[in-house]
Amino acid sequence: MRSWLTLLGIFIGIAAVVSLVALGDGLRAAITEQFSDAGTDKLIIQAQNVGFAPPGSTAVNKLTVDDYEAIKKIRGFKVVAYRLLRSSSLEFSDTKTFSFFISMPEGNEERKLVEDAMSLEPIDGRMLKTGDKYKLVLGYNFFKNDIFDKKPKIGNKILANGMEFEIIGFLDKMSNPQFNGIVLINEDAMVDALALDDSVDIITGQVINVNDIDDVAERVKKELRKRRDVDEGEEDFSVETPQQAVETFNSILDVVQAVIVGIAAISLLVGGIGIANTMFTSVLERRKEIGIMKAIGARNNSIMTLFLLESGTLGLVGGVLGVVLGIIFAKLVEIIGNNFLAEGLIVARFNPLVIIGALLFGFLIGTLSGIIPARQAAGLPPVDALRK
Amino acid sequence: MQPIIELKDVWKIYEIGSVKINALQGINIKVNKGEFVSVQGPSGSGKSTALNMLGSLDIPTKGTVYLDGHDISKLTESNLATIRGKKIGFVFQQFNLINTLTAKENVMLPMIFQGVEKEERVKKAEELLKIVDLQDRMDNRPTEMSGGQQQRVAIARALANDPEVILADEPTGNLDSKTGVSVMDFLHKLNKEGKTIIMVTHDEYTAKNADRIEYLVDGEITKTVKK
Ligand SMILES: Nc1ncnc2c1ncn2[C@@H]1O[C@H](COP(=O)(O)OP(=O)(O)OP(=O)(O)O)[C@@H](O)[C@H]1O
Ligand SMILES: [Mg+2]
Repeated sequence: MRSWLTLLGIFIGIAAVVSLVALGDGLRAAITEQFSDAGTDKLIIQAQNVGFAPPGSTAVNKLTVDDYEAIKKIRGFKVVAYRLLRSSSLEFSDTKTFSFFISMPEGNEERKLVEDAMSLEPIDGRMLKTGDKYKLVLGYNFFKNDIFDKKPKIGNKILANGMEFEIIGFLDKMSNPQFNGIVLINEDAMVDALALDDSVDIITGQVINVNDIDDVAERVKKELRKRRDVDEGEEDFSVETPQQAVETFNSILDVVQAVIVGIAAISLLVGGIGIANTMFTSVLERRKEIGIMKAIGARNNSIMTLFLLESGTLGLVGGVLGVVLGIIFAKLVEIIGNNFLAEGLIVARFNPLVIIGALLFGFLIGTLSGIIPARQAAGLPPVDALRK
Repeated sequence: MQPIIELKDVWKIYEIGSVKINALQGINIKVNKGEFVSVQGPSGSGKSTALNMLGSLDIPTKGTVYLDGHDISKLTESNLATIRGKKIGFVFQQFNLINTLTAKENVMLPMIFQGVEKEERVKKAEELLKIVDLQDRMDNRPTEMSGGQQQRVAIARALANDPEVILADEPTGNLDSKTGVSVMDFLHKLNKEGKTIIMVTHDEYTAKNADRIEYLVDGEITKTVKK
């Protein structure tokens, strides 16, 4: 019983590390995939909190159509487009659901830029064209249809925020499962249907020359600082290449993971002290056994090894329990995430190296915590140990 | 002939606070190969202390202990443990078996410390348990055995590494007289087969069978009786 309590620290610590690393890695992979579809010659411009905020979040000072117009004039861009990203209702065959609406820009070049950046391909029907007002394209999930009672088809009417639209196409399956539930709609129709103001969620710009991308980004930042009246270093917007966006996200994730690993480390330390304590008690309880073993020819080293193995095993058992608990916890978070958030947003990724590392670490902590008690056991003079 | 164990002017002084207890006061004992030595004396006279010195379980405050010609204070801990494990078998009054291990495992333990191969360990342990007439108790734990049976396991264990010397501290002290006699008979038989035996006992029976009796009083040898 006491041994089990001893293991608590170890297994909570290891469970925390295993589950959070798995979830973090999963999130990282999802984000990387999402952005890797876009090319290296594009800049993504978003309004932003001081910290990290998801696109479309309302707590930010949004970009506007005027900002877009100004950015468009900046030297070095081939084409610049903006997108609106909003959540709204979608109603079909008496079923109502909420979906993520993404606007498609007016001009053909701009439209192509957005299609490129998001790797949009139809699986059925066609993509939107200029003038396709009150027509829309649905994501792959609608094509597969696990949403409505009846499977929607090309030419069917569907209600977006209560306004009637015609379905003209379905998107092919995308690498990021989050994008399989989107609705594409022309920008003028979206402003109309959702009664939007002149704010803009994401501006994407394609540069003429990839080598100039940093200079162009600087020019955009300068322009936006002027327009939004903020100082350098205090920008409430971000101008990033897709890779940079991934890096920014990852660096935030790194900090979060580091903090959690730090807390786990404290838990492991406490666990180690617990094991040491158990081992000290065990040495006391087994003084006589130690004496007997010495009397029948055990060397100090053998006694030492025996106790180290025992404490190491204790640590390893803690590690195994921790890994199991960690896996269960991460899977649970994944399942909850899939049911209550977006499907595929949270995926637990188990790195075998992390798991093996966690087990070894448990063993190591156990062994290290056992060193002092084991030395004490080994150093007992046989007569003293034999005396009751 | 070189004695197998020799104590030369061995003192053991315990200091408890400011009180000094002279448990041994300069005793000299030589034990030759094949001898049966009995150590006798009143309670508290230092018999156990002396036996522990003879078995190099304890270190003298002053004086020298020779084991097979080696001054044990000059041996490394690991060498001493190995020599002790090979040359000496202990039998204690409280049996001192390891309760979590079966009879067979208890007998195998000294062989593990000497690095004996597993197959051989098992064979030897079974053989020894047969000799002490416990062939049907091999997989029992000490708590499932009577005192006499436990002491026989302890004797089998003491014989595991074919030691030259058996040290026994009141081996019959916790046994009824009948069982005690059978244990004594067995030890006596071992002596006839060539083992050196040093035993602490109050027993009259042993006194008759021993080659030599050393009488201890207050940590000093007051009398040595040879047959
Ligand atoms: N660890 C110790 N600390 C202090 N005194 C001790 C210690 N061990 C033994 N003594 C003392 O040394 C003396 C000799 O003890 P020892 O155990 O050798 O006696 P003994 O002859 O074996 O007695 P018994 O017949 O009762 O077993 C006793 O006075 C005892 O109190
Ligand atoms: Mg005694």
